[in-house]
Amino acid sequence: MNLDPNIPDGPIQDKWDLHRFQMKLVNPANKRKFRVIIVGSGLAGGSAAATLAELGYDVDCFCYQDSARRAHSIAAQGGINAAKNYQNDGDSVWRLFYDTVKGGDFRSREANVYRLSQVSANIIDQCVAQGVPFAREYGGQLANRSFGGAQVSRTFYARGQTGQQLLLGCYAALNRQIGLGKVRMHTRKEMLDVVVADGNARGIVTRDLVTGKIESHAAHAVVLATGGYANVFFLSTNAMGCNVTATWRAHKRGAGFANPCYTQIHPTCIPVHGDFQSKLTLMSESLRNDGRVWVPSKPGETRGPAEIPDAERDYYLERKYPSFGNLAPRDIASRSAKEACDDGKGVGHGGRGVYLDFRDAIARVGEDAVRERYGNLFDMYERITDENPYKVPMRIYPAPHYTMGGLWVDYNLQSTVPGLHVIGEANFSDHGANRLGASALMQGLADGYFVLPYTIGHYFATQKPGDIDTDHPDFKRVEADVHARLNKLISIGGARTVDHFHRELGRLMWDKCGMARNAAGLEEALVRIPELREEFWSDVRIPGGDTEFNMELEKAGRVADFLEFGETMCRDALTRDESCGGHFREEHQTPDGEAVRDDANFAHAAVWEHNGPDAEPTRHVEPLSYENVELAIRSYK
Amino acid sequence: MKLNLRIWRQKNAEDGGRMDNYELEDISADASFLEMLDVLNESLIERSEEPVAFDHDCREGICGTCSLVINGVPHGPRRATTTCQLHMREFKDGDTITIEPFRAAAFPVLRDLCVDRGAFDRILQQGGFVSVNTGGAQDANALPIAKVEADTAFDAAACIGCGACVAACPNAAAMLFVAAKVGHLAHLPQGEPEREQRVVSMVHAMDEEGFGSCRNYYECEAACPKEISVDFIAEMNRGYRQSVSKGVSA
Ligand SMILES: Cc1cc2nc3c(=O)[nH]c(=O)nc-3n(C[C@H](O)[C@H](O)[C@H](O)COP(=O)(O)OP(=O)(O)OC[C@H]3O[C@@H](n4cnc5c(N)ncnc54)[C@H](O)[C@@H]3O)c2cc1C
Ligand code: FES
Repeated sequence: MNLDPNIPDGPIQDKWDLHRFQMKLVNPANKRKFRVIIVGSGLAGGSAAATLAELGYDVDCFCYQDSARRAHSIAAQGGINAAKNYQNDGDSVWRLFYDTVKGGDFRSREANVYRLSQVSANIIDQCVAQGVPFAREYGGQLANRSFGGAQVSRTFYARGQTGQQLLLGCYAALNRQIGLGKVRMHTRKEMLDVVVADGNARGIVTRDLVTGKIESHAAHAVVLATGGYANVFFLSTNAMGCNVTATWRAHKRGAGFANPCYTQIHPTCIPVHGDFQSKLTLMSESLRNDGRVWVPSKPGETRGPAEIPDAERDYYLERKYPSFGNLAPRDIASRSAKEACDDGKGVGHGGRGVYLDFRDAIARVGEDAVRERYGNLFDMYERITDENPYKVPMRIYPAPHYTMGGLWVDYNLQSTVPGLHVIGEANFSDHGANRLGASALMQGLADGYFVLPYTIGHYFATQKPGDIDTDHPDFKRVEADVHARLNKLISIGGARTVDHFHRELGRLMWDKCGMARNAAGLEEALVRIPELREEFWSDVRIPGGDTEFNMELEKAGRVADFLEFGETMCRDALTRDESCGGHFREEHQTPDGEAVRDDANFAHAAVWEHNGPDAEPTRHVEPLSYENVELAIRSYK
Repeated sequence: MKLNLRIWRQKNAEDGGRMDNYELEDISADASFLEMLDVLNESLIERSEEPVAFDHDCREGICGTCSLVINGVPHGPRRATTTCQLHMREFKDGDTITIEPFRAAAFPVLRDLCVDRGAFDRILQQGGFVSVNTGGAQDANALPIAKVEADTAFDAAACIGCGACVAACPNAAAMLFVAAKVGHLAHLPQGEPEREQRVVSMVHAMDEEGFGSCRNYYECEAACPKEISVDFIAEMNRGYRQSVSKGVSA
């Protein structure tokens, strides 16, 4: 497996400029003769589709929802980072770069992160030009706030609906190109496989979710922008349809999968409250700017929060991390909450919750100011829990939220399969072992608006423009595989529902490969997952047929992939015998519970190669070197 | 709690459809409405019956995928709340709940409770944007915008495109949806250069899709989970008349 990251030469500040100059250009008259397939219409896919069409390429864009506007990016609440330094508080491209490398616990590729920081400012300019209504100050200037893990205010936001407004901006740009006939949008079409012909990605096979029709689509390049895989845990903050299917099936066709064990558990979500629970709801991290996190000092406390005097409360983040306090990065805040609950100090259902308290903020700035900042979040909390957070502290608990792992890509965002590019949360990204708040939106839009449109041209310059069709025998072979798999699922006729298996897998992954992991647990999971997969393939029941609208069949395909992927995820967690960022191995911690990295043996990205259904995958590595940020112990004390 | 459900079942666009009855027991008041339907579907599958198809994705009230007319009201009884955010504590033990799809000529039923809302996308493709290509935008703070204007633009931009406004309207008009997008861009300087053309093109596209006409019932505003104001409809009407009188055509 070729893992050459293709990092351009030169000092880090100049790499991207030099690279853009050195890349081959596609003759403008030839651009319309190149077809690109983009799977995904979220911030990454939507921005790439619009921009590539503007440049003159012939674009097909796919999503599984009924409209491009409903991609999961819509749900992001808190904000998007950019090194604008509008607040004059000492921010710079260099500081954002440094914060991101450190925040990722020194497991990301420096050159990519630097480029991300460089283009961050352009994103805000672009979005404002599109009419994205960011929050503003009375003087008409853009407002900023600080966000988990940062000591400068570089986060731009649009009330608690930043993802929605950014996505509507990019959806508008996409709509313009659809209206002009430059993009063909395919909604309710799920990609079920990639076609690799003569060594290059040449197209995809999709299922029409309304009619069940299986179709092939050919192109000169394929871009996956299909989001993250946090739903491997069943309960997560992701939308119900979020899946690993697109990236996993590409993996099975040759694309290396990097760092699958890097998952982010978000500290502020509404706790689980029943067996019927179908998903978890995030409460934006911005709440930690004003809310204080605490648990009762005494294990097994029975009094309500109002009756517990300050002296008997443990504001544990402020205590353990005095310089960052409640704004400590996500992995640290999540683990601390778990620790407090493991010590018997948790509150609410099953003792799995901690307080996020606005009492002091309300006393300081008044209820109206708090409502102005977080009104919609407080309303959402009340709708779900039936409790009024202006009066009683919120109860929160960590939940799976984001996945740093994904398909491996080089500096050009190309996977190990030539012509197959991967952007947004779907790639193994710029976040290393932990992502900082408000940086996923930034990365998705950076990839789609400002990076891929250049780098894909470099690939096209090596390809012949012109006719391309689905007659190649490889398309027929892949179509036949897809049909066979669907028929197999339908024909099982077992006794259990798809959700039953998904729930089982989720529970196992959460227990053994969640916030804290250890070798024994992971080994257990590696025995249990294949058994569960076996049970699924012999006992799942999917009513209806494959040539009709069949939501159970859709879910079954996704869960079948999670059942394979989960195993690679555990394998990755087991072989990464260190703690770093979101990957916390209990064997590797300081006496006070901080993660201990092993740079001598693990300063690399682990990239998995698929070796067929019955063989173990091979682990390859891309070494990571730090020339601009000194490898150091990440401390937020 | 125990519930009687009356649910619209329809195999596909060609099928005539009918209401079916289901009984459910042991539903927690803390479950969401869609979690209640999940429980129903699991039990239907276990009995070898076909589950009820309904659209949903984020289950956080923001993607606009969920729909459902619940006891005659789009998104059900709680104001400013999407179906996915509605919880069973809004209902009583023993209640009968009627569940139907969002109905409108422009929203054909695909199966059970799922409808095709593609008409909304097609309207936006005819002008619901600022024509600006990627790259070359000026510095974001070079264009100051008064906070009140930005906030008003936001109030309109908060539309999630769910279609409740259409389902609530006796005429199945799409005025609130279209006015929200027109209003969002009309309140911002970025939208100004194309303002006149935009409103005329989008209203024309709306008519072409077969939505009904607005008779000021304001049911749309009452049903809107994001509480978008009908004032935007009045603004849009004014903008449309002014543009047409200046000779702008679709
Ligand atoms: C609740 C929540 C809040 C968040 N808040 C923030 C925040 O404040 N700031 C921040 O920076 N980040 C935030 N994030 C993270 C961020 O929203 C995501 O990482 C980011 O939006 C992902 O964008 P994307 O374009 O890569 O993928 P997505 O937006 O997930 O889009 C995936 C696209 O791929 C399509 N797709 C997927 N699989 C298939 C398939 N098999 N076939 C066809 N199409 C397919 C989908 O239809 C969709 O169009 C949040 C995440 C969550 C869950
Ligand atoms: S499912 Fe997204 S708004 Fe209801």
